Amino acid sequence: MATNAYVPHAAGYVDNEGPKVVTANFADPESFTLPRYVTSGGYSGLRRALEMEPADVAAEVKDAVLLGRGGAGFPAGVKWGFMPPVWPRYLVVNGDESEPGTYKDRLLMERDPHQLIEGCVITCYALGLNTCFLYVRGEMALAQERIAAALNDAYKSQYVGSNILGTDVSIDIVLTWGAGAYIVGEETALIESLEGNRGMPRLKPPYFPAAKGLYMKPTIVNNVETLANLPWILRNGAAEYKEMGSERSPGTRLVAVSGHVKRPGVYEIEQGKVTFRDLFYGENFCQGIRDDNELKMFIPGGGSAPWFFSEQLDLPLEASEIGPAGSMLGSGAIVVMDETTDAVKACHRVVRFFARESCGKCSPCREGTSWEEKILERFLDGKARMADIDLLAAVGSKISPSPYPAAAWEEEGLEAVPFPPRQTTICPLGPSSVAPITSALRRFRHEFEAKVVLDDADEENVDALAAAADATPVALGGAQ
Amino acid sequence: MSRLNENSLTLAEEIIKRYPRPKSALIPLLHLAQEQDGYVSDDAMRHIAELVGVTPAEVLGTCSFYEMFKRHPVGTYMINVCTNISCQLNGAEDLLEAAEDLLGVRAGGTTEDGMFTLEDVECIAACTEAPALQVNYRYEHRIDRQGLEALIEDLRAGKRTDIPPHGTLALVRQHLDPTRAAGIESPEQAGTPVWFARRQPAKEGA
Repeated sequence: MATNAYVPHAAGYVDNEGPKVVTANFADPESFTLPRYVTSGGYSGLRRALEMEPADVAAEVKDAVLLGRGGAGFPAGVKWGFMPPVWPRYLVVNGDESEPGTYKDRLLMERDPHQLIEGCVITCYALGLNTCFLYVRGEMALAQERIAAALNDAYKSQYVGSNILGTDVSIDIVLTWGAGAYIVGEETALIESLEGNRGMPRLKPPYFPAAKGLYMKPTIVNNVETLANLPWILRNGAAEYKEMGSERSPGTRLVAVSGHVKRPGVYEIEQGKVTFRDLFYGENFCQGIRDDNELKMFIPGGGSAPWFFSEQLDLPLEASEIGPAGSMLGSGAIVVMDETTDAVKACHRVVRFFARESCGKCSPCREGTSWEEKILERFLDGKARMADIDLLAAVGSKISPSPYPAAAWEEEGLEAVPFPPRQTTICPLGPSSVAPITSALRRFRHEFEAKVVLDDADEENVDALAAAADATPVALGGAQ
Repeated sequence: MSRLNENSLTLAEEIIKRYPRPKSALIPLLHLAQEQDGYVSDDAMRHIAELVGVTPAEVLGTCSFYEMFKRHPVGTYMINVCTNISCQLNGAEDLLEAAEDLLGVRAGGTTEDGMFTLEDVECIAACTEAPALQVNYRYEHRIDRQGLEALIEDLRAGKRTDIPPHGTLALVRQHLDPTRAAGIESPEQAGTPVWFARRQPAKEGA
């Protein structure tokens, strides 16, 4: 197999050196077909699972300490254990990947749909349920196509459906997809969407999906990458899985590094064994910042994550290390920005995303995110006054009461504020919009100040401000 | 403009059976309507309401939440330029400007010939291949003004047969063969799977 190479048929994936769990088949151009999957040992994890008792399969997964790869990083085996002994119960696969910077799940669905399907069947067996919904993001036409074809083949060949592999076990997997709404990646919003409703999150408690999920029945919602690990774990055992990665975060995970690096890409890395410095500068990974520029900042875990700076480069990519340092690994989306980046502009761009995608259910988020966007626009349009800086922080603190998680800044004597943020909303979308604002204001306040042109006290300027706010064009799209 | 035609209706009935409750089929059926007409018409929403047993207002309620559903005719090709952070860092604003210039419409607009609709969209999950865009949800990676010009020319000339008209997503559908399906029941009827009950020690629950 080629190492350290760009894989043309899996655009974006870099086949670097290191152990491979979920991308092992990516180098094969035909990896998405059933014959190739079976040749590479596919569905043997399912065979082994079916020889075991369901509870033992669940125990094996729990023993592997498989941390959820969707963002929260909660152990899948423990999550499974939250289901009360009530039937029917459902498995919902979250393939609604839309966090800015993330696209590992799309590659897993396009390049190796059978691996995901095998993971789904293993999970259904372990949890004693027979209906699984695989929810793919609406904008991912190729992923939908590949999974549909793979499911049709898997049904024909008895890997899914009635009497799986000649046993009495019968499980259905239904492919379904969304229609453009970031918020549906939140598990309770995903369930609402699956019930045919507007994708607005439910309040937890009482609507914890494991107890009251789809149709108010116990429901497990797992991320695509999480389930894609299961065939390997069942084939090779939890003990071998734990030999990779670190003690608290075993195994590998996918990270997508984009922005100003020389070789952006999706990399499979061992958890906790690679630092951000290795990842950005290492020969085996991104090979440095473009034009050998200085690093200005980076987002370690998708648009929702507070920013990191050069002081955090030596942290290992491991959830248990990143949280106390003031951010999160989230869905493994890393965006690197070099010294030429305008911090206010970058901040505006990420905030605009949350303003567009707010579902409108909670007032602090619905009103707050669009005000954040409008205020940031004033800085970019040359219509800001000094008071806007505090106003921006104040609007943010209404969505997420301070102190907001942030990285340490030793030079200024500022300590890290650990993740997660507090929230006045049902789900974390609104509070996520405060991440870029807090990060940029704390570190690059001078850039905001440099963009101030209007005088706070000048009444004419206040009128000009009101006019500017009126003239702000209504954002296109959005889930409202 | 129209209700679901015979072909769509057959598919719709198959899709509804796939869900424990008919209303769960709402989004797939809206996609089906959009595939038939290129957008979701009021009549199609009324028809879907009849099929799943909800009011037309409920169908509109769901439909209007999701950005991909268009309730008015749009171009045969929907060009979605990503302007989120990773693409922005790599020239997405110039790309969007070039698209507006080449097509002669602002983001959100449709060309007079009804061929193209241009949209300024959020992250489309191709961040390492920035700047990226989608044509009817099919990717174009690391594209610049020249690349876009060539793409538009090819689309106008009908050379991109790999890209179906707006409304069609996956070209392969899942077919649940009734002889191979485990069987999906309503949440009220469904219980513990027989195979699972058989594997439970008598004294224990789950």
